[in-house]
Amino acid sequence: MSKARTSPIRAGFVHLALGAYTVIAIFPVFLTIVNSFKDRGSIFRSPLQLPGPSSFSLVGYETVLKQGDFVGYFTNSLTVTCVSIFLVLLFGAMAAFALSEYRFKGNALMGLYLSLGIMIPIRLGTVAILQGMVATGLVNTLTALVLVYTAQGLPLAVFILSEFMRTVSDDLKNAGRIDGLSEYAIFFRLVLPLVRPAMATVAVFTMIPIWNDLWFPLILAPAEATKTITLGSQVFIGQFVTDWNAVLSALSLAIFPVLVLYMIFSRQLIRGITSGAVK
Amino acid sequence: MGALQLQNIRKTFGAHEVLKGIDLDVKDGEFVIFVGPSGCGKSTLLRVIAGLEDASTGSIRIDGDEVATVPPAKRGIAMVFQSYALYPHLTVKDNMGLGLKQAGTEKAEIERRVAKASAMLSLEPYLARRPSELSGGQRQRVAIGRAIVREPKLFLFDEPLSNLDAALRVQTRLEIAKLHRELKATMIYVTHDQVEAMTLADKIVVLSAGAIEQVGSPMELYNRPANLFVAGFIGSPQMNFIEGGRLGESVATVGIRPEHISLSRDSGEWKGKAVHVEHLGADTIVYLETEAAGLVTVRLFGEHHVNPDDIVYATPDATQMHRFDAAGKAIR
Ligand SMILES: Nc1ncnc2c1ncn2[C@@H]1O[C@H](COP(=O)(O)OP(=O)(O)OP(=O)(O)O)[C@@H](O)[C@H]1O
Ligand SMILES: [Mg+2]
Repeated sequence: MSKARTSPIRAGFVHLALGAYTVIAIFPVFLTIVNSFKDRGSIFRSPLQLPGPSSFSLVGYETVLKQGDFVGYFTNSLTVTCVSIFLVLLFGAMAAFALSEYRFKGNALMGLYLSLGIMIPIRLGTVAILQGMVATGLVNTLTALVLVYTAQGLPLAVFILSEFMRTVSDDLKNAGRIDGLSEYAIFFRLVLPLVRPAMATVAVFTMIPIWNDLWFPLILAPAEATKTITLGSQVFIGQFVTDWNAVLSALSLAIFPVLVLYMIFSRQLIRGITSGAVK
Repeated sequence: MGALQLQNIRKTFGAHEVLKGIDLDVKDGEFVIFVGPSGCGKSTLLRVIAGLEDASTGSIRIDGDEVATVPPAKRGIAMVFQSYALYPHLTVKDNMGLGLKQAGTEKAEIERRVAKASAMLSLEPYLARRPSELSGGQRQRVAIGRAIVREPKLFLFDEPLSNLDAALRVQTRLEIAKLHRELKATMIYVTHDQVEAMTLADKIVVLSAGAIEQVGSPMELYNRPANLFVAGFIGSPQMNFIEGGRLGESVATVGIRPEHISLSRDSGEWKGKAVHVEHLGADTIVYLETEAAGLVTVRLFGEHHVNPDDIVYATPDATQMHRFDAAGKAIR
């Protein structure tokens, strides 16, 4: 890090800009959480007010916890997200390692093919996916979702990770080979720890769309036992009446797991950036 | 039977032939240095010997055994890399011990060898540290220690000192020389630093564009270069090359080293004007524009007061002249 002196005015402006951005970014989240603790009337009358003694109410949370199996939805979402991230990182990193480390015919073509999915939205294949899942009897299982999300996350993972793996020192891998480490040991013990920041980036990019997805849970796993949190919250949004207390409470609850996961990954991200060089 | 035998080693990357048939014999306990310009294939040859790269054709024997199909870890070699290549997540001690651990060596034996190597390299105070907590010189010593504990038949060094500053380089060079005497091991060392090559080597292998130009002891290469390339590559400042015809000789090129020319104010063979003078303290380098021989570099020992534009006379030492034919081969 450079320790060059900056003028206080300059630093002030930088902080002002960052502060303003933070406020804008956090405001909706803040509003959601604040309003989830108010009664219905106060949500509409004074949406910007903090919950006071007269407006405080937990009715939203009560509805959420009574209606349906919310803990179950949570577990489903968490399971699907975590397993998908794990598989995306594992297979993505392995493919990236092969592409960046070994010279073989069609290497570049293979890399291009694996990254193609970044440009083609997986939803285009929904009908075929559904047919496939029906044929294999995977409809209404979490496995179906995990499979689809893994496929969805892999292209970006392969693309980002193979770029990063090219930067890992050849000498280090060769030193491992001379010391008798197997290719798997070189991958898991030498290369993976060095690309941890990239893995964290991929994890964050993979996690958010999976956690928020409504499309595939609705189509592939709408059964009560396999509902995810996003799908589960939909019961409160009706065509004519929407239970805002419940919606806001459900959303507030849904934020926390992602927040925790994000914090885990971002710690890695920052550590990676600050720990610096490979050498 | 030698420690290493290479026969007709060729290596191509796609259509690009990087090694063009290398034959080499290295005797037990020899310190062999590969020198050559950047990109001539020194590292590639070293990696082929280590087994990190497959040769396209040819045979490699280490200690008499053909090793073409043997993985790097089982070839009985150890390698020290330019970038140290220490495992960042392991302590100094574990860095040194990993190879032995992978080979299934007993714990007590690993301890003993690590202790011995770290004593040799004065690394004892740092055994519990990680590489990121060491200086460049210490890291390079750990890398050398990691090679020593394997007790290999063959040490391979790929420009191990080029990331160190000048003072540290001299110190580590001495340490490597001492190590070679103590271990009596066979070592192969790549560098493009001439001083390293001349001071450390029993035998220097000069490579150019993937082929061996000459193999010999440092003094052989200095005194009897086999061709123009070696003559120009060994020695600094570079040997003067003069067209044979200008000096009334029948050969294509005449070579004379700057230190084999004497300078005089009033008489000599070649009259010339000094165009540039470099004072290095121990040496004075004079660049002369002569009528007879063109631009000539002269190296004088000690301090001399020659100024640009001075008229001086240069006299080459006739016994130290090198003569080359039209193909660049030395005529003896
Ligand atoms: N993996 C590779 N693929 C294609 N070409 C390569 C590869 N590795 C090396 N080369 C080429 O082989 C030639 C020799 O490379 P090498 O690294 O052996 O040179 P070197 O003599 O060690 O040079 P330096 O002194 O700069 O380290 C170079 O022209 C290089 O471009
Ligand atoms: Mg090299």
